Amino acid sequence: MKVLVKRTAGYQEFEVPREPSQTVLDVVTYIQRKLDPTLAYRFACRVGMCGSCAMTVNGVPRWTCRTHVDRVLEKETITVAPLRNLPVIRDLVVDMGEFFDKWARAKGQFRGEQTRRDDFAKVSPSSGNRRQADAGIECIGCAVCYSACDVVKWNPDYLGPAALNRAWTLINDVRETRNLERLRAVAGDAGCHACHTHVSCTERCPKGLSPTASIAGLKRAVAKALVKGEL
Amino acid sequence: MAQRASAAVLAVCVTVHLFTIVYAVRGGLSAQEILERTRGSVAWFAFYSLFVLAVTVHVPIGLRSVCTEWLRWRGRSRDFALLLFAALLAWAGMRAVVGVFA
Repeated sequence: MKVLVKRTAGYQEFEVPREPSQTVLDVVTYIQRKLDPTLAYRFACRVGMCGSCAMTVNGVPRWTCRTHVDRVLEKETITVAPLRNLPVIRDLVVDMGEFFDKWARAKGQFRGEQTRRDDFAKVSPSSGNRRQADAGIECIGCAVCYSACDVVKWNPDYLGPAALNRAWTLINDVRETRNLERLRAVAGDAGCHACHTHVSCTERCPKGLSPTASIAGLKRAVAKALVKGEL
Repeated sequence: MAQRASAAVLAVCVTVHLFTIVYAVRGGLSAQEILERTRGSVAWFAFYSLFVLAVTVHVPIGLRSVCTEWLRWRGRSRDFALLLFAALLAWAGMRAVVGVFA
């Protein structure tokens, strides 16, 4: 098959043999090991746990390790490019710094008030808050949603689906102590109200999460806090 | 937030407005006849003033996103221009309301 790889200098074409059950990550690894050792790309677990191998495959952001060639091959060709909306360091490797800085800006860090000497907090798995948090908690920070989001492209300050999803899981954490501060952080121009509900993040999330729903939750929470005069 | 609140108001206003138009022209009223019926009505004056207010709030907020995302226009100049545009909307809208209902 023909593989077009976006390198720092431009697209480069490679010819890679087909294998059964071959993934796009296998293809990129084959190129790096057998055809051109200067190709830079990133991966770690190879089984869809770490989220580090995300790239743009045929124009769509995906985990390359969980994308079978059979499913994406178009006219015997695959195009592999780095994730969109993030600065490229080299070839297929992007700088994730801004992506994670935005998690911090959305107050993505948990802060409780109990110490190790306190008993465990008891949170019922069936409680409303816990269910809302559960719906978004499995995010592993691969930036596929961030890359799929048009609002990030248009408004570079926008915190993005992953950071806002994280904020929403913490808003629903009954042990969390800084939720008002967090709501303030996500209520501004770069926050949840900038979302146009295109649902690209939800469409592309490899974990099947819905950042769109989380962002809608944040919008409601901000509105409630505003009506109560807390913000 | 203000945009969502104004959108809720607009949803009602636009619906009422459309039904009113259809109802009013059903019998083939002339402009003169319509004006005779509308002038001096406090309730309609208040309703359309609210309509204009909602538009004045809603439109500039939406345009602000358009300016930011499509024109890359940020900062004070953008906000000032939108404020002027809001004033224009309010003036033109209220001029029409006063003309028809006062």
